[in-house]
Amino acid sequence: MLYSDKRGKTKKVKRKVKPDEAPVQEMDQAEGEETEKKSVSGPCFPPTFSVSEIKNKQRRHAMFLKLKEEKRKQKLELKKKKKKERKALGDQAPPKEVPKTIENQRIYDETTVNPEDEEVAFDEGTDEFSAYFSRLTNPKVLITTSDRPRGRTVRFCEQLATVIPHAHVYYRRGLALKRVIPQCVSRGFTYVMVINEDRKVPNGLVLCHLPDGPTAHFKVSNVRLRKEMKRRGKDPTEHVPEVILNNFSTRLGHSIGRLFAALFPHDPQFVGRQVATFHNQRDFIFFRFHRYIFKNEKKVGIQELGPRFTLKLRSLQKGTFDSKFGEYEWVHKRHEMDSSRRKFHL
Amino acid sequence: MQHDDAIWDLIGNDNFCSYKVKTKTQQFCRNEYNVTGLCDRSSCPLANSQYATVREEKGLCYLYVKVIERAAFPAHMWEKVKLDRNYAKALEQIDENLIYWPRFIQHKCKQRLTKITQYLIRIRKLTLKRQRKLVPLSRKVERREKRREEKALIAAQLENAIEKELLDRLKQGTYGDIYNFPIHAFDKAMEKQEEETESEEEEDEEEESGTREFVAEDEFEESDLSDFEDMNNLKGSSDEEEDDEEESGEEEESEEELEEEKTKAKSKGKAPLKGPIRKKRAYVEIEYEQETEPAQKSKAI
Repeated sequence: MLYSDKRGKTKKVKRKVKPDEAPVQEMDQAEGEETEKKSVSGPCFPPTFSVSEIKNKQRRHAMFLKLKEEKRKQKLELKKKKKKERKALGDQAPPKEVPKTIENQRIYDETTVNPEDEEVAFDEGTDEFSAYFSRLTNPKVLITTSDRPRGRTVRFCEQLATVIPHAHVYYRRGLALKRVIPQCVSRGFTYVMVINEDRKVPNGLVLCHLPDGPTAHFKVSNVRLRKEMKRRGKDPTEHVPEVILNNFSTRLGHSIGRLFAALFPHDPQFVGRQVATFHNQRDFIFFRFHRYIFKNEKKVGIQELGPRFTLKLRSLQKGTFDSKFGEYEWVHKRHEMDSSRRKFHL
Repeated sequence: MQHDDAIWDLIGNDNFCSYKVKTKTQQFCRNEYNVTGLCDRSSCPLANSQYATVREEKGLCYLYVKVIERAAFPAHMWEKVKLDRNYAKALEQIDENLIYWPRFIQHKCKQRLTKITQYLIRIRKLTLKRQRKLVPLSRKVERREKRREEKALIAAQLENAIEKELLDRLKQGTYGDIYNFPIHAFDKAMEKQEEETESEEEEDEEEESGTREFVAEDEFEESDLSDFEDMNNLKGSSDEEEDDEEESGEEEESEEELEEEKTKAKSKGKAPLKGPIRKKRAYVEIEYEQETEPAQKSKAI
């Protein structure tokens, strides 16, 4: 009685069309075995039955697989039907449904910038970067690390310095940032970049725009140095690269985008065919450095050169670096901001 | 003197003492009142009736003197003398408190005082410097972020995005005359674009920076009189558009900057177009074969 119970019960139910609970024990074993070969179809189950109620693991697994197959079949049938209908209707067919993606479902951020927004345009004309964008200043970047950097961080700094033109790497030697900054200002630097290190791996980046510019603190992850890149090209040359900034849509995104843009000199040298990309996707900023070549006007080949890393903004501070008394424009608060999967801030 | 030798016999060289820590080469004494820290006949606080130490508490140094008359009351056995903060004065205080005491103990107490003051100075210096702040990471959060980053990377489709952007820039002509590609195919490619644009400064810049010929050839291919009108209109409209640029109120000369700003505001996958042309010309796509039938040259809306 016990053997064919589980397997048989579904068949029994099918034969008897009983709305009872699954473990019905009174049936004959013989009948159960006869009907075992028949395939089970979904709609014959009693409403309260579920696959997870079968105690035997193998049988439960088998039932589950069957269930899955049925579902797949049904789905295929549905698809076929729909396709037929579309064909039949031809032009009048309703438009294809667009699949939902996280980008589609993104919660609308009220600070999203409208391209024609004059207020934004005015703000950006008068903010800290206006000097750069009106070509009054040329960027000059100072790259340094936290205390006692390890090899990987040092190499990363060097590679960054080759990617960003007019960049100089200096050793930190235990200096306080607050004292470094006025010195940099006096020497004409426009940016200070501090790469923080933890356990021999760079994990943070503080980007400070110098004559009282905003300071952005990022979390760095997935750093790949040049020799770890597959199929990479030769080292970058001294030409000024182009810059691509993608997907910076909100006000905050705009300011961060301008922060990145002002790192590079104004006029890219197209001869060098190098491009640095900052691509924002779901609040992660991916940095890539490529060399491109146009094969014809419809195809371009790109080859990755320099280091790659991802950034995630942790805080944006109004003045220069001052962790205690600074005025923070934006801080990533985990409990408030990470609660929704569809909400992004950049 | 109270059974010092007897006590030392019991706990001394190879015998058991609960404060004793033995290493390969040396014996240490863990007793808190020990002056030198070694397990030694003259350094043992238990086996010496006349004994003194210097200890530090919350930045202040005290001289602890053992009063053997109170050996029966261990809780009151040690007398505490607060030493001056001034190092020299503290030394004098030790001298006067331990006057007529064996030189060994005086010397060791002074040595200990010296060491203590040195490390106190060091502590004060270090607290003035920058302290490294350790921020705890939550494992769950780190894992979550890592996973989200991977998903975002997949969703970003970086290579495609970059290639698209570069091709768009090529179409706008930001590269000027560097690349010379046959124009038919270029036009065809342009026709196939159907996205909207948000900023149209590019055209103005192109014309100003000498790529007018390129663009003009485009127009000429149409060789529609209406097209020439449109070209005038285009110039006019792009002048207007200069005013409401997205990024800054000032006029920017560089195409590069404009592109950057434009791309910043642009959402992914949308290519900037020659907006005014698109807006003005409402042609229907008829055919885009090679034969240039100028009258029927079509443009996408």
